[in-house]
Amino acid sequence: MKLTGAQALIKSLEMQGVDVMFGLPGGAILPVYDPIIDSPIRHILVRHEQGAGHMAEGYAHATGRPGVAMVTSGPAATNIVTPLADAYMDSVPIVVITGQVATNLIGSDAFQEADTTGITMSVTKHNWLVTDANDIPNVVAEAFHVATTGRPGPVLIDFPKDVANAEMDWYWPTSVDMPGYKPNTRGHSKMIAAAVKMLFEAAKPVFYVGGGVLNARGSEALAELVEITGIPVVTTLMARGAFPDDHPLCLGMPGMHGNYTAVTAMQKSDLLIALGSRFDDRVTGKLDGFAPGAKVIHVDIDPAELGKLRRPDVPIVGDCRSVIEDIIRAIKADPDAYQQRTDISDWVKTVKQWQEKYPLKYEQPALSGVLKPQYVIEKLRDAVPSDTIVVSGVGQHQMWASQYWKFNYPYTWINSGGLGTMGFAVPAAIGAKVGKPDRTVWAIDGDGCFQMTAQELVTASMERIPIKVALLNNSYLGMVRQWQEMFYGERYSEVYLSPDLPDYVKWAEAMGCASFRVENAEEVGPAIEKANEINDRPVVIEFRTDSSEKVFPMVPAGVTNDNIILGPEGLNGI
Amino acid sequence: MSISYIPGNGSYIDASENAGVIHHHVLSVLVENRAGVLARIAQLFSRRGYNIFSLAVAPTDDSRFSRITIVVDVDSAPLEQITKQLHKLINVIKISELDPADSVECELLVATVNADISSRGHVMELVALFDGKIIDVGVDKLTVLATGEPSKLDDFSELLSSFGIVELQRTGRVALAKLERQSNKLKNTTGRAG
Ligand SMILES: Cc1ncc(C[n+]2csc(CCOP(=O)(O)OP(=O)(O)O)c2C)c(N)n1
Ligand SMILES: [Mg+2]
Repeated sequence: MKLTGAQALIKSLEMQGVDVMFGLPGGAILPVYDPIIDSPIRHILVRHEQGAGHMAEGYAHATGRPGVAMVTSGPAATNIVTPLADAYMDSVPIVVITGQVATNLIGSDAFQEADTTGITMSVTKHNWLVTDANDIPNVVAEAFHVATTGRPGPVLIDFPKDVANAEMDWYWPTSVDMPGYKPNTRGHSKMIAAAVKMLFEAAKPVFYVGGGVLNARGSEALAELVEITGIPVVTTLMARGAFPDDHPLCLGMPGMHGNYTAVTAMQKSDLLIALGSRFDDRVTGKLDGFAPGAKVIHVDIDPAELGKLRRPDVPIVGDCRSVIEDIIRAIKADPDAYQQRTDISDWVKTVKQWQEKYPLKYEQPALSGVLKPQYVIEKLRDAVPSDTIVVSGVGQHQMWASQYWKFNYPYTWINSGGLGTMGFAVPAAIGAKVGKPDRTVWAIDGDGCFQMTAQELVTASMERIPIKVALLNNSYLGMVRQWQEMFYGERYSEVYLSPDLPDYVKWAEAMGCASFRVENAEEVGPAIEKANEINDRPVVIEFRTDSSEKVFPMVPAGVTNDNIILGPEGLNGI
Repeated sequence: MSISYIPGNGSYIDASENAGVIHHHVLSVLVENRAGVLARIAQLFSRRGYNIFSLAVAPTDDSRFSRITIVVDVDSAPLEQITKQLHKLINVIKISELDPADSVECELLVATVNADISSRGHVMELVALFDGKIIDVGVDKLTVLATGEPSKLDDFSELLSSFGIVELQRTGRVALAKLERQSNKLKNTTGRAG
């Protein structure tokens, strides 16, 4: 069967099981947009290519399947660099297809030419420039294989216009042949045995769970391992929901804005079992003072993570779920060793005492008084289905959402952790809702973030994707304001936005959304109820919140986690 | 002038003028012979802050693959981290770290040196001592060539400099693992029967 390159590309996507793609056409990608008309793949037309990339990410986060975005060459390709970088940092499988000028024009500074593979080399797991239409099925199969296996990540296919117009003989490869790409998924049995031994010897162990557990679909296995061992768990910003917050052994989020117990349990532990986590500086604080007395078992599918920042005593390369299951098997195979394991009940008791003594706290004054953002999040949490997918932007609101929500199911929390991309929330929420149309999806966004990608609400209205947005409008680039208040002597430089410019309600309405404004605590509950009733359009609730509220606890940059500041009173932790 | 060439001990430690010692390791990297592979490797080094001391690329006997010999400065990052990151590149097939004791290294040097009537004889003598060649002759200059272990070439260029080096170019080293000295025959006999 003869197909054009463009037809072969779309057919290849169909063969990969793609049901939806996010994109926006233009000159170089024009030939590929024609066969889309005849394809069962749903195409969602975005308003800015960055939106397409974040939608693909949101879709991938929510479903576990790779998200697909397609845009044209030049400026469209550069517009999607941010989502690629975001997906690279957070290990999100997305496949981005960019148009390119015809091969005979490459290198000539042709109209809308950009060196897309060059530009995106450092923010993709791999990229391809297709130069022969006969390669298309192979390249697509390889691209999806690379994006979804091993440590997942973004890939990009750069697709010149003449290749799209050329003819090829259709085929579909039965396997991929990549001699340099063979990710290892099974942990080494000797290392598993060493890990079990170390686990039983520890008196103050902590599971340090990262996003790798979610990528490995490893939540159930983790729950079983925690049940067997009784070891407390911290879930990083990327792993919220990987272990239920309601579980008595769940300590919540560690790190710069982690709660006292999660931070301190790691700091005082004698064994950290790092599962798909990567010792990010926002978790460790000053690295050489991080968990100084702890041995480390580090499990990761990416060998380069082992020893990158902290040298593990037991390194295990492998898929988190497979390794956790192997550890469980090894424990069950030796009941004597299990019986003789170190008693950790004192440790668990100590940790529980910290939890009671140092809970997260804020004060909502009289119901008519100024509205605290944490109060809004708690109210929202209690008024929506427990499996609601929460998607956040980047800033104070993100930290409060992560702190105050109760994540009891995996894949209910989607955010930009590694790159910290403002503007992530609205498009990622749209992608999540497209992937999981039966679930309630709430974006919790900041006023600064919202202004970066709000235009995608037009996409959501047009395509009838009824997401809901809780906009925490504190009139500031709040997180930056907080640093200026605390570390720059309250010298505020370029952080003031405005409470009412733009008028968010009018803006949301203009984009086809239902929208209302909430100015005090009394109105919070009724407004959320009203939003819950609306399912035919997106909803935006603007909450006018206290500008001066700060995120606590906080470990200032550059110091060790022993220096945790619990609250505005500046009380020193330990 | 008495010159005696002391063969390099193959150490990865080179003397550096002001910063004490720089630690070098040699990586022999087998890659797919595709467009952009060198860019991926160079870019990985630059973005992760690793320093390349020298780099040589050439096709292998199998046209699908090329071999890149990279001498890395391991003061910039632990070698283990460098190799692990390199391995993540999809086009990288195999990485061997070449231990000086177990590898043969070779480099090529060409240099144009001042050699007027009075010094020409001395230059030629030096070139002969290093098993070099004279590949171009000018009125008051010679262009010379030498190959061999990098440390030998270090010595050679240092000695040449007393005549005045006009231009000097080195290729960076290429290296392969040393061959097995023991016969494999015994092992083979226990293999497949019949
Ligand atoms: C694209 C981008 N630009 C700048 C920053 C730096 N930054 C981090 S948080 C933040 C403020 C975010 O403001 P807002 O969305 O209002 O959230 P708030 O902190 O007020 O809750 C800024 C500017 C960033 N993370 N991303
Ligand atoms: Mg704000």
